[in-house]
Amino acid sequence: MSLKPLEGIRVIDLCVVWAGPFATLQLADLGAEVLKPENPFVFQPMTRGAMAHPPEIVMQRSIAWAGGMPRNELGEKPWNYSPTFVSLYRNKRSFTVDLRRPEGMDVLRRLVAISDVVYENNATGTMEKLGITYDWLKAANPKIIMVRVPAYGSTGPYAHARALGVHLEAVMGHTLLRGYDDADPSANTAIYSGDYLAGAQGAFAVMAAIWHRDKTGEGQLIEIAQAENAASMFTQAVMDYSLNRNVQTAIGNRDVHGRFPCGVYPAQSPGTAETMDDHWVSIHVETDEQWQAFGHALGNPAWAADPRFATNDGRAEHFREIDHHIAAFTAEREDYEVMHLLQGAGIAAAPVLEASRIFNDPHLRERGFFRRQSFEGAEEGYEFMGPMWQFPETPIDFYQPPVTFGEHNDYVYRDVLKVSDAEYAALKAAGHIATQYDPSVP
Amino acid sequence: MQALDDITVLDLTHHIAGPYATKLFADFGANVIKIEKPGGDITRALGPFKGGVPHPEKSGLFFYINSNKRSVVLDLKTSAGREALAALAGHADLVIESFAPGVIDRLGIGYDFFHAINPELPLISVSNFGQSGPYRDYQATELVMYGFMGEMYSMGLNEREPVKMAGTAAMFESGASIAVAMMGALFSSKRHGVGQHVDISIAETQAGGVDRRHATTIAYQFSGRKTVRAASSAGGMPQGIYPVADGYIDFTNAGLYPDRVAEMLNHAEWLDDPRFIDPLQRMDPYVIEEWNVHFLQWCLERTKREAWAEARRAKVLCAPLFTMQDMFEDDHFRDRGFWQSVDHPDLGSVEIPGRPFIMGKGGWEMRRPAPRLGQHTEEVLREAGLDDAAIQAATAAVPAGGAR
Repeated sequence: MSLKPLEGIRVIDLCVVWAGPFATLQLADLGAEVLKPENPFVFQPMTRGAMAHPPEIVMQRSIAWAGGMPRNELGEKPWNYSPTFVSLYRNKRSFTVDLRRPEGMDVLRRLVAISDVVYENNATGTMEKLGITYDWLKAANPKIIMVRVPAYGSTGPYAHARALGVHLEAVMGHTLLRGYDDADPSANTAIYSGDYLAGAQGAFAVMAAIWHRDKTGEGQLIEIAQAENAASMFTQAVMDYSLNRNVQTAIGNRDVHGRFPCGVYPAQSPGTAETMDDHWVSIHVETDEQWQAFGHALGNPAWAADPRFATNDGRAEHFREIDHHIAAFTAEREDYEVMHLLQGAGIAAAPVLEASRIFNDPHLRERGFFRRQSFEGAEEGYEFMGPMWQFPETPIDFYQPPVTFGEHNDYVYRDVLKVSDAEYAALKAAGHIATQYDPSVP
Repeated sequence: MQALDDITVLDLTHHIAGPYATKLFADFGANVIKIEKPGGDITRALGPFKGGVPHPEKSGLFFYINSNKRSVVLDLKTSAGREALAALAGHADLVIESFAPGVIDRLGIGYDFFHAINPELPLISVSNFGQSGPYRDYQATELVMYGFMGEMYSMGLNEREPVKMAGTAAMFESGASIAVAMMGALFSSKRHGVGQHVDISIAETQAGGVDRRHATTIAYQFSGRKTVRAASSAGGMPQGIYPVADGYIDFTNAGLYPDRVAEMLNHAEWLDDPRFIDPLQRMDPYVIEEWNVHFLQWCLERTKREAWAEARRAKVLCAPLFTMQDMFEDDHFRDRGFWQSVDHPDLGSVEIPGRPFIMGKGGWEMRRPAPRLGQHTEEVLREAGLDDAAIQAATAAVPAGGAR
């Protein structure tokens, strides 16, 4: 049995929302020991859900991905299974401590002394208010690696601006670049692709810094200004402005590289969008050769042989007419049928999957992508998305289901920090050690 | 010195996701040897181009994602090309490729080839759907992949088709996660002596990533509830995107903190009004509409920058919708030194986004611009120990300049 890639690395996870927890998830999947200090007296909105104690009706009326709890019940401890975060908490360990009090900070200091990395992505000022600065960490452990993920960086006029991923993308131009080409941007749906990029690059940064530390003995402070980080996701638009001073605008589902046709077309559907039963299939033809193959795959309809469409320039000029023909073809067929038909001819096509349908996909099933996990409040077990990569010699296990609040208090205090029974009892009596939020927390 | 300056990556990837992953390695000091086929990486044919005219050395996309790499053109269909590759692999710490599944085995440069050279050498294979399974040979592009495995279904308007992210954002996401896996494989190799053939399906990096999909899928598992396709706007106080005097501004989730919003709007008395403060009444469409009358007026009296400044003062979640011009010219990012000028023989001086993160020790550096096609073939092969005859044999099949 091989050691996991990051076996022996300990990470303290002071993260909130998505961008930070996604970074530490990747480190945890690769074998690092990720310990989450959590505060029984402070609830971070959008981290273990929207509120610690939300009114039942608020959960019911929230959009499914925020309010869809196990068995549609709010339950006793919604913070343990809110769908907004639960997929990001596997393979991590949680313990509780109130960092607003000196003895809480002393617990953290002792943990820092025997850890490799501290990772945080709180709103600027939150860590300073607690006294958790790089200098403070360095005093506890000269080789510590600290990663901070401020929205716009720790300096400059936006240093204190509050932001989620969706806001950063607005500033970096994404919101105006995506969406329908004929609707105003208020038709946008919030997305958080900047959290993906910053989370992945954060995990990369940690490993690069460990590599550097192992060669030089130096720890360091890393700053990921999330907005700056997100810029590279829109390289085509950034570089078009840089090279040509051309301001790109939204083009809907068309190809940024101008290859036609490229779109989302209606498929035979069991119902409507009202009940989320509308089916769609995306199709992208990239070359003139593929266009010929596309026509053959569709059974050589007369419109596909129209010489005006033979070249990409011609298809670009007449793309709405082509889209109309394609939609008429797809509307009478199942989305998966269109996928297999076109893929058989070497053309990129696939259903636009509504989330419930992904669990029926035979390819992901055959690759063993889904992993069933059960935990307190979700004892019956549910299928989660798998890890992002397959390592044959050091497989990524889901050895720890989404960690519940304070689940590893004993492990961290007794096994890692080796506190005495007396100190444990005192910390517990003072409210540091708990497995639920204080009832005073909304 | 840079953090990864002791690492040599043999880079057989093309298009966007793989080269973006190896760019991160190169930008942090790795010696990344980019193997291009005669004719070059397809990204050389993708825009934007300087002046809008396609040219293999003038793609802004290629330029950005291939900085700090050296280009070697090899025809891997020839034995001399494969022998040169073997020599390069002998000096490499990691090999990554993104051919269609099965291609490297057909060429005789599969995992066995590299394993025989160095059993601890990791090979990362990147493909659309992975090295196994019924879709192994299926095609994908940004739209098709994001629609299938990302959370496109719930993006857009209920009465219309789902709509994707801009550009090739998903490919950049996947590229960053590939870089993480590369580091993991490197740690296994160098710290634990384990070489392995890592199988990365771009589909799985999308489905398993932190798009909303992770939440919509488990919400369905938990509750049977599905996530509707709907604009984020107008469902809260405030929530979503609003017009301002000179454009638009985004207040997503700002309503989580009613006190801060009331302070921003100079309406502290709203905090005593149960309609505006009770979580349940705040979901009532009539209350929201009444509130929005005030709020829209506030917005329309301000520019995006003015409204954002007031939001920042009150710590309200908010951001203006910037164009690329707004972002490019913004003083905040300029003053922080984010933009980086790079000189290139065909493009002149070009500004690109700089460091993805600030790492004071061993951090990001722009050492050289993206390579011209085959610019470093001879230099790199000589470093690998090939003599003149072997270099000539390896390059014989490749026309001058690597063009075909």
